[in-house]
Amino acid sequence: MNTKGLAMTRPPALLGTSGIVFLIVLAVVAVLVPVLNLAVTPDSAVHVPTYVVSLLGKYLTYALLALSVDLIWGYVGILSLGQGAFFALGGYAMGMYLMRQIGTRGVYGDPVLPDFMVFLNWKELPWFWYGFDMFPFAALMVLLAPGLLALVFGWFAFRSRVTGVYLSIITQAMTFALLLAFFRNDMGFGGNNGLTDFKDILGFNIQADGTRLVLFVLSAVALGLGYVLCRFLVRSHFGKVLVAIRDAETRVRFTGYRAENYKLVAFVVSAMLAGIAGALYVPQVGIINPSEFSPANSIEIIVWVAVGGRGTLVGAALGAVLVNYAKTYFTSGILAPYWLFMLGGLFVAVTLFLPKGIVGTYYDWREKRRPHDDIPGAPIAAPGPAE
Amino acid sequence: MTDTATLEPLAEAAPAAKKELTEALLYLDAVTVTFDGFRALNALSFTVDPGEMRAVIGPNGAGKTTMMDVITGKTRPDRGDVFFNGGTTDLTKLDETQIATLGIGRKFQKPTVFESHTVLDNLRLALKGQRRALPNIFRRESAAERERIDEIFETIRLTEHRDRLGGALSHGQKQWLEIGMLLAQDPKLLLVDEPVAGMTDAETAQTAELLRAINANGHSVVVVEHDMTFVRDLGVRVMCLHEGSVLAEGTLDQVSANERVIEVYLGR
Repeated sequence: MNTKGLAMTRPPALLGTSGIVFLIVLAVVAVLVPVLNLAVTPDSAVHVPTYVVSLLGKYLTYALLALSVDLIWGYVGILSLGQGAFFALGGYAMGMYLMRQIGTRGVYGDPVLPDFMVFLNWKELPWFWYGFDMFPFAALMVLLAPGLLALVFGWFAFRSRVTGVYLSIITQAMTFALLLAFFRNDMGFGGNNGLTDFKDILGFNIQADGTRLVLFVLSAVALGLGYVLCRFLVRSHFGKVLVAIRDAETRVRFTGYRAENYKLVAFVVSAMLAGIAGALYVPQVGIINPSEFSPANSIEIIVWVAVGGRGTLVGAALGAVLVNYAKTYFTSGILAPYWLFMLGGLFVAVTLFLPKGIVGTYYDWREKRRPHDDIPGAPIAAPGPAE
Repeated sequence: MTDTATLEPLAEAAPAAKKELTEALLYLDAVTVTFDGFRALNALSFTVDPGEMRAVIGPNGAGKTTMMDVITGKTRPDRGDVFFNGGTTDLTKLDETQIATLGIGRKFQKPTVFESHTVLDNLRLALKGQRRALPNIFRRESAAERERIDEIFETIRLTEHRDRLGGALSHGQKQWLEIGMLLAQDPKLLLVDEPVAGMTDAETAQTAELLRAINANGHSVVVVEHDMTFVRDLGVRVMCLHEGSVLAEGTLDQVSANERVIEVYLGR
């Protein structure tokens, strides 16, 4: 009996089949796109222009953002409608570094103060801008700013046992409050114009093709590492407790686990991943402004994850890329005025006809085709209905 | 909640005194719980000795589930004392997680297992051990833990179902899995709410056997159940609750012969 037990209790691999496929596709894209950009002449049909490289890079950062949402929504049942706030904070931290790099090349030529501060007649740099001229400090802030906000917010929310739709509403309120705050000029983050006109990053010209390629490859690497991290977490004993909290939180408490601490750790990790995504996004799109905090943005992320398949990780990334590709495609044609209707319709259609999303539905289909031995295999089943 | 102010001196004097007074594993004294004017528990008092198994019967609304809620920290009593471990620990000051860690396990009325985890993972999660979040990220299962889980599987007879999802089990199997999860927690006291609801006669008899085996292993058990055949199978001391307090206590025969019990419960 023992031997049988040992043979059957092999833990699931760190990367399942879909995980390996995902990482291979990601690696191929990360290599192929730069090659097609550099080594192929611009008049060739397979040439990838630099603007497309940045566009794809942007999709990859969105995929990482979607992954961060799936970690808490798919595996813990926390439907955060404020994930965009963590993304934006990471973006602002990177933007502040990029602003400080401009130096005397700004319109007003002030060696220390960014243009908008000179315009506002500020005489010296606000204290919270100190240190952002150093990249390591800015990189730390990319993690700490979203992480600390998530820690404080989550500590209060989870300790008070705010769950379900109430939690969703207060996360939405959080990002809306930040939107309003960052709109104000005297907050010191450039008001509604945000931060832009970046010149260089770590000494490299931010507009140069080479820099854009490196940023693209870094986004792919961050997405790959983020995926492996999330897989590692959800497979661990810790991750099993997370899924248990999603399915039966009371049971978890009566089993002796502090559910609020588990949620908090997952929430902070998720916020930091979103922050990294934001930090990679800003240099590729060249601007960060308060609209990134807008509640609609955070809701869009939920749509990406729902389309791809909640609780599958790979699906979240896939959904982000697909929906954003569709967005780029449709908002640049005659259908542009109808994009929001299409997005809304997509969400309704997925909820009604594909409740497990693309990847979740594929997993179900694969499960059905497998010879039936009365032992359902997927160690982490698709989650129940959204809270 | 109604007149806590007048009761305060009593409550303060109580903890010190309890140490001398009880050797019981669980000690409830004059516990009252009121929901919107409805007295779910009305000065309920009883004790459970170490190693004892006790059955609790009573009509719907008698306060059986509220009693479990109070003991496990889900509901705070308006007044009264709830002590654990020979009067040393005041349960009214602790939350669910702390009480679970102290060694009180609870099986819910509706079987609650982790449906999207395998049966094996259900037991792994329940198994006594590290409960903190960060260390559990890097936790590995020890050989001793694996053996203990195999033992529990033998006890609850679900060995061949270990790789199925919790949600795919039959109702009776879920009840057993939940009892197995309690065993894995290795509590001093098991509170079991209606373990045989919806079970076949054969399953009911097996469950009685299972609970007796658990009790023989030194665990104290409190079973709430409506099924009289099952209670008879258990062959333990029976306590009948009515309107939030103890109506009668004794062997099943004594309790079922009690006129008031017949009146409020069995006679219906």
